[in-house]
Amino acid sequence: MRLGVGRPAPAGRAGAPPPGEPRRIGYLYVLPALVIYALFLLWPLLHGAWLSLFHWDGLTVGTWAGLGNYRQTISDPQLRGAFGHAVVLLFFYAILPCCIAFVLVAAMSRSRPRGMTFFRTVLFLPQVVAMVAVAVAWQWIYSAHGPVNGTLRLIGLGGLARGWLGDFTWALPSVGLIGTWAEIGLAMVLFLAGVQKIPQELYEAARVDGAGAVAEFFAVTLPGLRRELAVALTLTTIAALRNFDLIYLTTGGGPGDATKVPAYEVYNRTFNTGEVGLACAIGITIAIIVFAVTAGVGRLVEGRA
Amino acid sequence: MRKPIVVLAAALVAVSACTPGSKPTPTSKAPAAISTDVAKAGPVTLTVWDQEVLGGQNEQMQKLNAAFHSTYPNVTIKRVSRSFTDLEKTLRLALSGGSPPDVVEANQGYGIMAALVKAGALVSLDPYDAVYGFRKRFPQGLSQLNSVTPDGKTIGSGSLYGVAMTGEAVGIYYNTDKLKKLGVQPPVTWGQFEQDLATAKSKGETPLYLGNLEKFPGIHEFGVLLGQTTGKDALRDLVFGRGGSWTDPSVVQAAQKLADWAKKGYFPSTVNADKYNDSPGPFAKGEGVFLIGGPWFAADLQKKMGDKVRFMLPPPARAGGTIPATLGGPGLPLVITARSKHPDVAAAYINFMTTPQAMDVVTETGGLAAVKPASAEPVTALSRDLFTAWRIASDNDILVPYLDYSTTTFLDTLGGVLQEIIAGRKTAQQGMRDAQRDYAAFLAKK
Repeated sequence: MRLGVGRPAPAGRAGAPPPGEPRRIGYLYVLPALVIYALFLLWPLLHGAWLSLFHWDGLTVGTWAGLGNYRQTISDPQLRGAFGHAVVLLFFYAILPCCIAFVLVAAMSRSRPRGMTFFRTVLFLPQVVAMVAVAVAWQWIYSAHGPVNGTLRLIGLGGLARGWLGDFTWALPSVGLIGTWAEIGLAMVLFLAGVQKIPQELYEAARVDGAGAVAEFFAVTLPGLRRELAVALTLTTIAALRNFDLIYLTTGGGPGDATKVPAYEVYNRTFNTGEVGLACAIGITIAIIVFAVTAGVGRLVEGRA
Repeated sequence: MRKPIVVLAAALVAVSACTPGSKPTPTSKAPAAISTDVAKAGPVTLTVWDQEVLGGQNEQMQKLNAAFHSTYPNVTIKRVSRSFTDLEKTLRLALSGGSPPDVVEANQGYGIMAALVKAGALVSLDPYDAVYGFRKRFPQGLSQLNSVTPDGKTIGSGSLYGVAMTGEAVGIYYNTDKLKKLGVQPPVTWGQFEQDLATAKSKGETPLYLGNLEKFPGIHEFGVLLGQTTGKDALRDLVFGRGGSWTDPSVVQAAQKLADWAKKGYFPSTVNADKYNDSPGPFAKGEGVFLIGGPWFAADLQKKMGDKVRFMLPPPARAGGTIPATLGGPGLPLVITARSKHPDVAAAYINFMTTPQAMDVVTETGGLAAVKPASAEPVTALSRDLFTAWRIASDNDILVPYLDYSTTTFLDTLGGVLQEIIAGRKTAQQGMRDAQRDYAAFLAKK
């Protein structure tokens, strides 16, 4: 890579690029960051992609697999199931928190309740707490004698009480709701910041036109928050698709295979079953899906090409 | 901007473009070439990785390491201790890295030990066995568990690769207060045990405590049931992949019994949601009359329940009849890594750690000594129970390896299947068919 050090183009001379146009010296400025980026991101990514083309147990010499690991990722019913669960979690991690955050923000933007800072802090707190602590706390909340079952019994719905994380039907939604709880704060803080940018006149105009709370939300708040929505959806989608810690700590993928997710399988196949190549293939697949979904979100929500 | 990125990417691919992994470097030494005189080895630093972090285990390692160092002052032991999970997860990386430890505790089975043997990462102990007589210290069944064929393809036979300091036998803990309240004696036959479970249920008790959130715990219950329906040889053949099938009638019968127990409400209602490691808590509080498990629960139960808890092996069908098989075996074995610069010193260390004198230390610190201790005796009633159970199990050679050793994915597969059987989502027959599918696929690949 040749760098244009030492011969900056004098401004104003004929043929020279106009000021502000990219010049090769720019590479020098980004070089330090690029080196770090290449070393810790590009290199592992490419190496992972390379490993995904092998059958490798992490110890002995690997054998060339071509796209075999990717074929297995798509065809293995257990792995397909894991990706299916990731889609369910997408709803709980991305869509549900954004919807709830909208309701909260809409309510807050119409009337500023007392103790606003307090609510904001409390709702954002889950984002700050380490996932390990979150997982342990929720394990207790969902446990046989935990508060969820306690409340159900108190209101006479004891028949519904169960071990939530060990129930084949309810384990995945239960884990999903932990995600919802954790992501609401993020979406809400983003939306609150966005709402403050919406000119007050728009609300006034809407009210003059006789818009109620709902109409006002769809006519003013939602369009004004498109960019924030895109950011919130992108971040929560990534959190949903690469969800590992919560599953690892709360259910370990169980009961049965009910809460297995792709990121958990990356770990499981690498460290437990010694299928490093397959694990890399799953990882790369997750990366591609995350990329596609977030690009899709950008297009849909922001309308950018 | 685009072009340099492409160049960079190409360069990175070029660098990474080599087949991952390393070729096995099998090393073997004639017994005559082995030096047993550690003092002559000069200054040596032996790096040892163990997972003895709980309770008395830590003290046991500290004491024995110190004793080794004072016997051979030229050897410094550099000890690295981690929890079991952490240790097993990092072993693969550590042993394929540049400076692996000399001695590690590596779990038996296809997942770790056989995989390491296949990669040529472990030293065969056969030559050292000829010098120190490791095999003679244990009943055959126990040495089998630490044996792997040198190609790493079959466990249960071949060369010896590890020697364990402690033993484990899965049995039944019982709450003596509860038994008294129910008006029954500790069961002497399997029939009595089942009768006691029914009595407990009818009197509103939880007969058998089980926390099965993590999938694997149910394997212990299943193993005890298998011990009643299937002989030890058939079970060993099954786990070692030497014959038999998970859909064999006697295996399905055991799974059916598990389903029946679950259906009758013998387990807690939230069985699949309770954490296994927390089991001593609820059990000590009176949830459950019986608890199936190994010595790993003993210290905690002793502390919480004192003399209100006792332990026994699964009882035989007839009083005084053939002792049924149960799960268990040697604890985590000490193995020597192939890249160790001092394999002879490492072998001497392993020998030192498994002498009857070392077993005294194991017993004094509350461990279940794999080999008969020179003089030490356990002090509490519970530890005497465990000690006796281990002696019976080891003398009669009734121990069957943990069922998840069967394949690299079996912990997950069988554990998941058992959760489904307990939840009533799959019949015993269906569940065992699923297990067999995983098993057959693994054997076909081998």
